[in-house]
Amino acid sequence: MKFGILVNEGPFNHQASDSAYQFTWAALQKGHEIVRVFFYHDGVNNASNLSEPQSDDRNLVKLWSELGQEFDVELMVCVSAGLRRGLTEENLAPGFELSGLGQLIGAGIDSDRLIVFGD
Amino acid sequence: MILHTVNKSPYERINLDSCLRVARIGCGILLLEDGVIAALATGAAAQALSVALSDKSVYVLGPDLDARGLRECDLVIGIKIVDYDGFVDLVAGYDTVQAWL
Amino acid sequence: MTDETPEEFEDDEYVGVVKKFMFINRKAPYGSIYGHEMQETILISTAFEQDVSVVFMDDGVFLLKKGHDTATINMKNVSPAYRAFKGYDIEKLYVERESLDARGLSPNDLLVPVEVLSATELGDLMEQQDIIISA
Repeated sequence: MKFGILVNEGPFNHQASDSAYQFTWAALQKGHEIVRVFFYHDGVNNASNLSEPQSDDRNLVKLWSELGQEFDVELMVCVSAGLRRGLTEENLAPGFELSGLGQLIGAGIDSDRLIVFGD
Repeated sequence: MILHTVNKSPYERINLDSCLRVARIGCGILLLEDGVIAALATGAAAQALSVALSDKSVYVLGPDLDARGLRECDLVIGIKIVDYDGFVDLVAGYDTVQAWL
Repeated sequence: MTDETPEEFEDDEYVGVVKKFMFINRKAPYGSIYGHEMQETILISTAFEQDVSVVFMDDGVFLLKKGHDTATINMKNVSPAYRAFKGYDIEKLYVERESLDARGLSPNDLLVPVEVLSATELGDLMEQQDIIISA
C-alpha cells in the first residue's frame, strides 16, 4: 500500500517526528511504499544540518536522512515554512529537498493513506 | 471507516473528548504518545473509553506505554495493545486516518 | 495574502484525479501558527482541483470570529484570507455546533457563511473523506 506521511513538529519539543519515523520504518519493513514524507510547520526543523544533538541522544535529522537515502524515500520540506524558520538550501541535511506545499497535496493524491504526526 | 489517532493526555487537552464526540460506530481509535495515559483503568477517562468500546475498537501503542512505565494490567479492559507493525496494519486496514492534534 | 499562490503549482500530472480532502482546524489563531499555515495548504490545494472541505471545531472556530484586531500584538491578521476562500471556489466550510455552543458563539459571530453541523453529522462527513489533514 502507498503511504504519505506529514510531520508537523521538529525533533525536540514533541514526540511527533519520532513517532513518524518509527511508523515509516515499520511500514517500509512490511513492504509498503512511502510516497513521500512532507515536513511542514516546525517539522521543517527535522531537515536542518545545523542540528547537533548531544551524543547520548538519538539524531533524528540523521535518521531521516539515512532512511531517505537507503529506501529512496522523498523527504520534502515546505519552502515557505522553511524560509520563515531560517532553513535554506545550504543547511539542508542530505536526502531532504525544499519544495512547494503542492507536494503535500500531491502526496495526498498519490497515496492510499496520509498519516499526520503533530502536536 | 476511520482510524482516529489521539496523541495527547485527556488530562491536558480535550482531543480525546472531541474525537469521541465525532467518532462513528465501527471506527478505530489509536492512543499513542501521551494519548496512552487515557487508557489507565484507574483514571477519570476510563469511563468514556469503556463506553466507546461498546461500539468502537480502541488500541494503544505498546512502545509508548512501556516508555511511560504503564503495563497491560493497568489498562481499561478491552483495549488492544499494538506495536508499530500493528499501527501500520491498522492504517492499512481502516480507510482513512484522522489525527486529533 | 500568502507567500505562495496556487497558480504557481498548476500541475497537469493530477488532472482527472479528484479526491475528497478535508482540512481540520482545531486551534485558536495567534497563540500558535497552525491555523495560519493551514490556510496556505488549503489555498494551494485549489490548484489541484480536488473536492475540498474545511472544518472549524474546538478553538478553531475562533479563526472565523469577526473583528480580529491584531495591531496591538503586531501579528498579521489571519482572518481576511477566509473571506478570499470564496474567490478560490473553497465553499464547503463547516463548523461544529457543539464547539460554538461550548464557547457561547453563534454563526452570526463568524465572518463568512458556514454550514453548521452537529458532531454526529460532522462524523458522517469525515467518514466520506479520502484524505484528512490536521495541524
